[in-house]
Amino acid sequence: MSKRIEADDVSAWFGAFKAVEGVSLTIEPKQVTALIGPSGCGKSTFIRTLNRMHEVTPGARMEGSVTLDDEDIYGPGVDATTVRRTIGMVFQRPNPFPTMSIRDNVAAGLRLNGVRKRATLDEVVERSLRGAGLWDEVKDRLGKAGAGLSGGQQQRLCIARAIAVEPEVLLMDEPCSALDPVSTLIIEDLISELKDRYTVVIVTHNMQQAARVSDVTAFFNLAGAGEPGRLVEVGDTPTIFTKPQDERTEAYITGRFG
Amino acid sequence: MAPDAPTARASSSLAARRGGRGDAVFSGLAKGAGVLVLVIIVAIAVFLAGRALPAWRVEGWKFFTIKAWYPDAHPPLFGIAALAFGTLLSSVLALVMAVPVALGTALFVTEIAARPLGRLVGYLVDLLAAVPSVVYGLWGVIYLVPRLVPAERFLNRHVGFVPLFRSQTQTFGRSVFAASIVLAIMILPIIAAISREVFRQVPKDNREAALALGATRWEAIRLAVLPYSRSGVVGAVMLGLGRALGETIAVALVLSSSFEISLRIFEPGGNTIAANIANRFGEAGALGTQALIASGLVLFTITLIVNITARFVVTRTGIAGLARP
Amino acid sequence: MTAIDTSLAARASSFDRRRLTNSVATVLIGLCIVLALIPLGLVLTYTISKGSRAIGVGFLSHSMRNVTPLSGAGGAYHSIIGTVEQVLIASVISVPLGLMVAIYLVEYGRGRLAATVRFFVDVMTGVPSIVAGLFIYAFWVIGLHKGFSGLAAGLALSVLMLPVVIRSSEEMLKLVPDELREASLALAVPRWKTILRVVLPTASAGLTTGVMLAVGRVTGETAPLLLTAFGFDSIHTDPLRGPQSGLPLFVFAQARSSFQVAIDRAWAGALTLIAIVLVLTVIARVLAGRNRLAA
Repeated sequence: MSKRIEADDVSAWFGAFKAVEGVSLTIEPKQVTALIGPSGCGKSTFIRTLNRMHEVTPGARMEGSVTLDDEDIYGPGVDATTVRRTIGMVFQRPNPFPTMSIRDNVAAGLRLNGVRKRATLDEVVERSLRGAGLWDEVKDRLGKAGAGLSGGQQQRLCIARAIAVEPEVLLMDEPCSALDPVSTLIIEDLISELKDRYTVVIVTHNMQQAARVSDVTAFFNLAGAGEPGRLVEVGDTPTIFTKPQDERTEAYITGRFG
Repeated sequence: MAPDAPTARASSSLAARRGGRGDAVFSGLAKGAGVLVLVIIVAIAVFLAGRALPAWRVEGWKFFTIKAWYPDAHPPLFGIAALAFGTLLSSVLALVMAVPVALGTALFVTEIAARPLGRLVGYLVDLLAAVPSVVYGLWGVIYLVPRLVPAERFLNRHVGFVPLFRSQTQTFGRSVFAASIVLAIMILPIIAAISREVFRQVPKDNREAALALGATRWEAIRLAVLPYSRSGVVGAVMLGLGRALGETIAVALVLSSSFEISLRIFEPGGNTIAANIANRFGEAGALGTQALIASGLVLFTITLIVNITARFVVTRTGIAGLARP
Repeated sequence: MTAIDTSLAARASSFDRRRLTNSVATVLIGLCIVLALIPLGLVLTYTISKGSRAIGVGFLSHSMRNVTPLSGAGGAYHSIIGTVEQVLIASVISVPLGLMVAIYLVEYGRGRLAATVRFFVDVMTGVPSIVAGLFIYAFWVIGLHKGFSGLAAGLALSVLMLPVVIRSSEEMLKLVPDELREASLALAVPRWKTILRVVLPTASAGLTTGVMLAVGRVTGETAPLLLTAFGFDSIHTDPLRGPQSGLPLFVFAQARSSFQVAIDRAWAGALTLIAIVLVLTVIARVLAGRNRLAA
């Protein structure tokens, strides 16, 4: 159910601005990999190159290669849509579709891709909501609007929506930054469960969160304003947080900047 | 290829499915629709020019200098000198009346009134734009014209030395003045709506800086709001001018048409390119129709130039979304 | 060189003058509101009072067929049918087309072509309505030998309606948050389905408002009908061929008559027209007020 991602020498631009430079990183399956670093260090941009969401932004482009179990996701004949179906994504702000009910939100990925069988959809909706730890809270109001839920519930709805299409990898771009502490803890518990089934990559600006949920931590940094972000150091989370190799990592995790 | 249920998807190859064709078709359609807009604009010019050509062959450059309209007579005699003059005169008069009022309402809505009141006034002014032009025309000729006659007579008697207010025949009524008032009412909402947007774009800081220096509200408007929005207001006025130049039905109903070039705006008479088309089309013969189309082409060209200039002016101020009142 | 008088008395007197200027300016601006709203009040009240007196039992159910010049009988039924058909044709053409252009501008349009299209959409809003009529006359009525018809009128109206629909739809599509597009794309939904199934439904309230305002605007257009539908006294339901009346055209024709009975019919028609247009406008505004995206 989960696959390994290998990014090799990935650089990314917005127009003429180089946001990420030369990042090589291997993301192991069934683990949570956290990307940390100060704002503007390119961690969000980098994660978006992993499922070809980066190219959605007008004027954005990338170089380098990203493979999923040795298959090049930027290879000729590979469709971005297929890549995104295999590598799901959860965004910073909960973004349920405002015109759809809770059920339709979860089923959106399947329905919009042509799955119509009611029984299949119902089964997937329940399984995904259970997977996102939301089933018991919403099972009696599946027909209500998704926008009526609390922020934390909305974000779990978005996680349910992402796992409903059964991806191999789940990318999470600061999934808790818009949530209150209680909702954040619920999502963090959920992430720990999700890694049994998916390869999880999470961008976070919160170091405690990285320490709590991740197995591997990658530290990104930028030399200065207007400079591209680079990968400084990657390693087991306990190692990074206790014995970082690079002094910039140490400065960051001890709170001297960022 | 039919999309499968996710559970049925075998250990996936990324190249298994191509979703690109739908996107290509759809974006192609959207682009085609966009290009169609350009095609329509070009087609308007081409078809009008094609039909206007026979009329142009008859009069040539005299088409611009002749003050008469007998295209179906033998020999034909027609030109737009009087029409073009009347079009410009009535539009300029309408601007003179509409611009101060429109700017005043815009200032009231954005700078002076409390929000709910401002919103209500803005909404009511917008409603002026919803009234069809034929209703303005009917109202103009039945209600307004008889009530303007005493005012016109009064002004003629007391300040008749001003050439504008003279009347050789001592008759008043369905005059350029009356038509201009109706035009002014009709272009007021568009000028007001765009000026409102322009004033809203003035950074709050500018205003507050002026007020903090001890400026009164009017001084803040003069110091901070008006200078900042000058080119936007110019654009708004030009868009109003474009409207006035092309307005047809209201003018056709209010004016009693004549083919003189005269500045005596209280006298019945005067004519515009657009009103002349509406008045003459029903009875026009072959050459008559072509002559009307030729005059329409001139009107199209003038309004195109006015509108393009206005757009450039407005665009330079960096204000988007100002197309409609 | 005169020194500046900084005494408090001098300051106070200059301030008095400035306050006076401020008051005068405020009064003048208030006067502008009065001047702007008087015509609205006069036009509406006069049309309502004249029209309601003139609108008779048969007005909405009879045509002008065989009505003699001095007869007070006859009505606008035939022209209401014409207007409904013509506006429907115009909407069927310009709403989908305008929506596609707006989609192009917001979702796909980049670079010089999109900028050109956007610019000429703006320019197209300024095309005089009589020119739109002349264009369809030259292109369709005599160019393709189709003759006067309700369809020709619908085409002319759609030339006027198209830029209005495009501009308002463009504004509404821009209000749809990018996050929704991204969420859908990240679910492997192709772009075109994202637009049709996520973006358009989200913007639907605003899109409806824009369309209704556009419909309201073209319903009152007279000049283009003159050159394309031409006008007709009897009921003519087939919009594909043959001259047809339209409500604005009816009002125009009656208003040009010198007989009082015709003027009365013009007022009755004007009231009907204003009622239709204002109801459309007000409903559109109310819908706009409820639009969650515009909040």
